[in-house]
Amino acid sequence: MRFFSWRKMIGLMMAMVFCLVAVACSDGSASETDGESAENEISITYRSGGGTNKGLTDWLNEEVIPQFEKEHPDVNVKLAPLEVNEGDYFAKVSLLLQSENTAPDIVTEDTFMVNSDASAGYLEPLDERIEGWDEWDSITENVKNGVIAQDGKIYGVPYNTDSRGLWYNKELLKQAGVEVPWEPKSWDDILAAATAVKENLPDDVVPLWMNSGKATGEATSMQTFQMLLYGTDDPLYDHESQKWIVESDGLLDTFKFIDTVYEQDLGPELSQVLNGQGGTVAYQQLMPQGKLAIGLDGIWQTGNWREDGAAPWPEAFDTLGFAAMPTQNGEAPGTTSMSGGWALSIPAKSNSKDLAWEFIKLASTKENNLKLQLKDGNLTPREDVAQEPEYLEMEMFEEASSFLENTHFRPAVDKYPNVSTVIQTLVENVVSDKITPEEAAEQYKQEVTEIVGEDLVTSK
Amino acid sequence: MGSSSIGKRKKDPTALRSVLFLLPSWILLLIFFIGPILLTFYFSFTNLALTGTQAQNIEFVGFQNFVSMFEDPTFRISVMKTIVFLFLSAIVGQQILGFLLAILMKEKNPTFRRLIGIIVIAGWVTPEIVVAFCWVAFLNDNGTLNMILDAIGLESITWLYTFPMISVCIANIWHGTAFSMMVFQASLDDVPKTIEEAATIDGASRFQVLIRIILPMVKGSIVTNMILVTLQTLGVFTLIFTMTGGGPGTSTQTLPIFMYNQAFVNYQLGYGTAISLVLLVIGIIASLFYIRSMRVKI
Repeated sequence: MRFFSWRKMIGLMMAMVFCLVAVACSDGSASETDGESAENEISITYRSGGGTNKGLTDWLNEEVIPQFEKEHPDVNVKLAPLEVNEGDYFAKVSLLLQSENTAPDIVTEDTFMVNSDASAGYLEPLDERIEGWDEWDSITENVKNGVIAQDGKIYGVPYNTDSRGLWYNKELLKQAGVEVPWEPKSWDDILAAATAVKENLPDDVVPLWMNSGKATGEATSMQTFQMLLYGTDDPLYDHESQKWIVESDGLLDTFKFIDTVYEQDLGPELSQVLNGQGGTVAYQQLMPQGKLAIGLDGIWQTGNWREDGAAPWPEAFDTLGFAAMPTQNGEAPGTTSMSGGWALSIPAKSNSKDLAWEFIKLASTKENNLKLQLKDGNLTPREDVAQEPEYLEMEMFEEASSFLENTHFRPAVDKYPNVSTVIQTLVENVVSDKITPEEAAEQYKQEVTEIVGEDLVTSK
Repeated sequence: MGSSSIGKRKKDPTALRSVLFLLPSWILLLIFFIGPILLTFYFSFTNLALTGTQAQNIEFVGFQNFVSMFEDPTFRISVMKTIVFLFLSAIVGQQILGFLLAILMKEKNPTFRRLIGIIVIAGWVTPEIVVAFCWVAFLNDNGTLNMILDAIGLESITWLYTFPMISVCIANIWHGTAFSMMVFQASLDDVPKTIEEAATIDGASRFQVLIRIILPMVKGSIVTNMILVTLQTLGVFTLIFTMTGGGPGTSTQTLPIFMYNQAFVNYQLGYGTAISLVLLVIGIIASLFYIRSMRVKI
């Protein structure tokens, strides 16, 4: 009797499986037929979630999309954000762009991935379209370099750029006995200020926050490692000989500085900083609560503290200062910074490229770009926007723009993304005491050589 | 199907019919099971990448992926971490704890058995991602455990960073023990009561009964369970990835995490695939080892 019911059960389950398969198949064929309506829909993919890119989302929803839909009443613009952390975003985009069924029509690309994704054939070259578009000339020259791949073609239209520096809480530094406005002249000055905070303020105040984990991805590599490294005499990549510098004092000193911060307990708890949400915790929670004295990060953090930001904090701009990152020992030119930025690109497998281009053109006009920066808190790639009074009046933008004078860009060459992940792993291993700075420098040499090949590395 | 069709296939009039009936499942297996396995073999000998020039031009690189794997210190660390994780959470944890639970519950009051059973099985039915989330909530810096420690005046501990391996092992044991318990319960129930009684009358202690009588009789289940649990544990990804992300540093970077990092963080799909093959080989070796060492036929 029991057996019998089991058989019935199995039969029923098999029937259900067949139904499912049948439904799945029919669904597949149905979606092919409504390909026509897809012509009139464009989708935009960008990163969101946890307050990320709130400014960008609002800007799309409130400004660009209504304008675009007015001009093209029969077109529907769909937002297709990816709610993932920064590291996963690039992998997910690479996967999405591989198939016509999943590729969006517009994708936001971090400029360091443009070369890689273009070489992989995921992106559409825009040269011909840009030729007939006069606004391209308004974009700052060095920002344009970020969207030109190694084949010399243009693969995106930049919509922002940025600079990085040291956020500091004036009140906390004052209480710790550090002179404000704070103008550190060397790495030692940073350590001294952080030590003063540690000694004179309660334990729950974090003296110095630098992104240090694999989970924070590119932020660890760029905001921390390269901000330090480019303050030494040895950059990551030698543009003249077109080789990666895999052995230098600068590399070792950078690892040592990062190690010192954690050895001397000047950094946050590892459990906080090695987490994918680290940046959010630091700038949306600790900083507004007065629990973080110094943070090495980018100008876009101001976006969090605006009225419509993820963590509104009107007093932020009185409480905080934004200091330029000093070079290692104050060598000329005295300060350093790193710049990146994001661009709007069209995937090679998009099925409405013309509409996508229309959308990008509209999004990149002077008015719309200005509105984006006002909402999002980044620097503009357009020279004419940079002169608008409204833009110049934005809090902290004077400082941030001044950092651009001595800024650096990441090497826009093949394999940068891979080298960057090596850096992230090594930094995490150093801060969690798995390896010494010397071992990190040694492993860096070994792993980068492995990635780019013997003939593309050099030492200094 | 089995014995009747073997040997006298030609004479059996039902053979053609069974082939016809089996054909759809064979084709499905071929497409969705054998196909991907063959592709995995192929990709593991290429430099396939997720992005960059290599994403467009796949090249056959021979054993390059395997050579660099064995030269990579991180790979060796990952193998060690995998073995530690396997030993602590699968063999010591799930297997022994599951057996103890089963034997302690043997012939107890049915209501009691049911109650304990439900509690243990609750861990098993909980999806892996939920298990991970619960344990993160429990072991977190501001988690339940630290709140309890604070309340009784002890210093809180950053469990996931100070004891990452122990933390993920405990979570995995909590999640998986019920499976072993159920396997052992079923086989222990099959040990005839009379043999145990006879042994007791002959003067065997309870411990001797357990070692000399019960264990040999359930040896088959032990091996089967060992294999199942080992293979399951070798593949654990969600739990570790969610709880610690393989970190801090490389503290909990088992092979699946290492594979993920290489494939989707470093964009080296070919290399990642090669690692998955090694993982498969480790699983096979472990299974053969169990079968051989216990001299059981599966």
